[in-house]
Amino acid sequence: MALERERLAERAMHRLAEGELLELYRLMTLIRRFEDKVAEMYTRGKITGFCHLYAGEEAIAVGAIHGLYDKDYVVSTYREHGHCLAKGASPRAVMAELFGKATGISKGRGGSMHLFDPVLRFMGGYAIVGGGLPIATGLALSIAYKEDPEVVCCFFGDGALPQGAFHESLNMASLWKLPVIFVCENNFYGMGTLVQNAICQEELYRFADPYKIPGVRVDGMDVIEVYAAVSEAAARAREGKGPSLIEAITYRFRGHSMSDPAEYRSKREERIWQERDPIKRFRNLLLHERRIAPAVLDKIDQEEAAVVDDAVKFADESPEPPLSELTKNVYVED
Amino acid sequence: MALITYREALNQALREELDRDERVFIMGEEVGYFGGAFKVTDGLIAAYGEKRVRDTPISELTIVGAGVGAAMGGLRPVVELMTINFALLAIDQIVNTAAKARYMFGGQAKVPLVIRAPQGGGHQLGAQHSQSLEAYFLHCPGIRVAVPATAADAKGMLKYALRQEDPVMFLEHESLYGLKGEVPEDGEYLVPFGKANVLREGKDVTIVSYSKTVHDSLKAAETLENQGTDAEVIDLRTLNPLDIGTVIQSVKKTARAVVVYEGWLTGGAGAEIASRIYEAAFDDLDAPVQRVASADVPMPYNRHLEAAALPSPGQIVQAVERVM
Ligand SMILES: Cc1ncc(C[n+]2csc(CCOP(=O)(O)OP(=O)(O)O)c2C)c(N)n1
Ligand SMILES: [Mg+2]
Repeated sequence: MALERERLAERAMHRLAEGELLELYRLMTLIRRFEDKVAEMYTRGKITGFCHLYAGEEAIAVGAIHGLYDKDYVVSTYREHGHCLAKGASPRAVMAELFGKATGISKGRGGSMHLFDPVLRFMGGYAIVGGGLPIATGLALSIAYKEDPEVVCCFFGDGALPQGAFHESLNMASLWKLPVIFVCENNFYGMGTLVQNAICQEELYRFADPYKIPGVRVDGMDVIEVYAAVSEAAARAREGKGPSLIEAITYRFRGHSMSDPAEYRSKREERIWQERDPIKRFRNLLLHERRIAPAVLDKIDQEEAAVVDDAVKFADESPEPPLSELTKNVYVED
Repeated sequence: MALITYREALNQALREELDRDERVFIMGEEVGYFGGAFKVTDGLIAAYGEKRVRDTPISELTIVGAGVGAAMGGLRPVVELMTINFALLAIDQIVNTAAKARYMFGGQAKVPLVIRAPQGGGHQLGAQHSQSLEAYFLHCPGIRVAVPATAADAKGMLKYALRQEDPVMFLEHESLYGLKGEVPEDGEYLVPFGKANVLREGKDVTIVSYSKTVHDSLKAAETLENQGTDAEVIDLRTLNPLDIGTVIQSVKKTARAVVVYEGWLTGGAGAEIASRIYEAAFDDLDAPVQRVASADVPMPYNRHLEAAALPSPGQIVQAVERVM
């Protein structure tokens, strides 16, 4: 299966125009810079609450969402800055949300774990493990019901597999042939618990079998491989053939959240994964296989650093939501 | 006596009970090698091993359900839910099994299960991670609801929970874990359920509270003292059983009552307490009972909005001023 997957990825790579490849590089770079800056702002007390960073996992959000159309939907977890940016959110609006400002993507009410933008069809970050899967299933039901052409892409961690919601969602989506792609980001840990101490079947993609849907495992540090798998699953879903399960193997470069020093894993293990950095790897590929000039990529790096600095400035200067609006929006008529 | 934190007091209670009774074991998410999300079970797996301190998958419904089964099988499980917000995934097993088994099986079943869960807001964790849900469990007959406010009570009540026979929701407040207090080192230190604690005697007004807002109430009482109002502060300690007797006795003396809690205002424990006061002491009251609670909104992330949504000592002072 690994070989076939690689061939699929290679074909996809050649299918993608240079502009698209650079866009993938740009988005991954944006997310990394964004997350690094978020960590800095958190340390400086500008961002508070729970904050889970996506550094190391960028290839999944960027590759997967590139395999969708703009009108397709995305559902995510509390570790969703990357998915939201990849779906096209303005870094200003996301940063302002983390700062709790009125200009934030959820008007300062949600924070890091609850980004939302209906125009972008980014249908929310949910902080209850497994909580997003039934929502994605229901969105897919609405699409099938209206006979619309869209699909839903639902991201969740390995920690969600032992939840009833995972199994109930896969069963229902398969039974009703709903257009949803379940993307499991397997970074080997829940908080501090290893996958093998939480799940009896470590090959998570095999959970597709009992639900009679396709299940594949991809290298989540390879943006093209993720892209290829999701495009295929999306095409299948659009043809009315139902859901797929994609397990993307990855690693989070930082602790579970900003308050976790990740003492449960070894420095050696971290180094091994750092060497598989999805951005460095993709950069090398662009330089050596597509003969893109280093200056082109360096320029993108600088541009995205500037975009992130601008987002921080915007967030910092934005107003707080007024206290008079505390009870606004509890109900629609407010 | 030793000056230790609420967190350490809970840890001590667990150690003592693990030592005392082989049937006691702990299970929950990240309770073992991670030491618990709030470090309450820190060091326990090293001392007691994986059989007594069990890391589980993220499967709240089945963690609680398995706790019920293990309790029916003769053990004394302490199930930790990482936070109360996730109890909602397990509410079926809590309400439909744990709380029902004894009664619906004609008094023949026993579910001595302790479900520990941190709750409360104030840390900008947003709408899904800041709730105080004691009223959900208070509503349901068949399960005890403990809400300790001090380090000593945290220890004595948890130990008591492990020695009585009914299922217990043991609700800790996230903001109290670092709070220090004098705690008896005695391995037999037990704080029985259903006995409220009068923390401050006063003659002008009765402030009834539990969990974290007990401390807000004590702060308010200090401010009130400077204003010439002498407040009595009662910590209920448990909501089920509810020691309404101590409250009524106090209200008969002061003729005024304010109920303070962190759950949402509407349908909260305060409504139940106020009703009981009206039922038993209507003629003794000089003013309507006031409630100070969280605003009826999902918790906003923004710092200022969150502070405005939560009850505060200032609001308690104002509520007292309304009844004086
Ligand atoms: C129902 C529920 N239980 C527990 C938690 C606490 N919690 C937050 S994240 C997490 C680990 C989740 O791991 P995983 O799904 O692998 O996602 P990752 O953080 O690795 O991306 C836990 C236990 C929660 N948010 N929701
Ligand atoms: Mg994980």
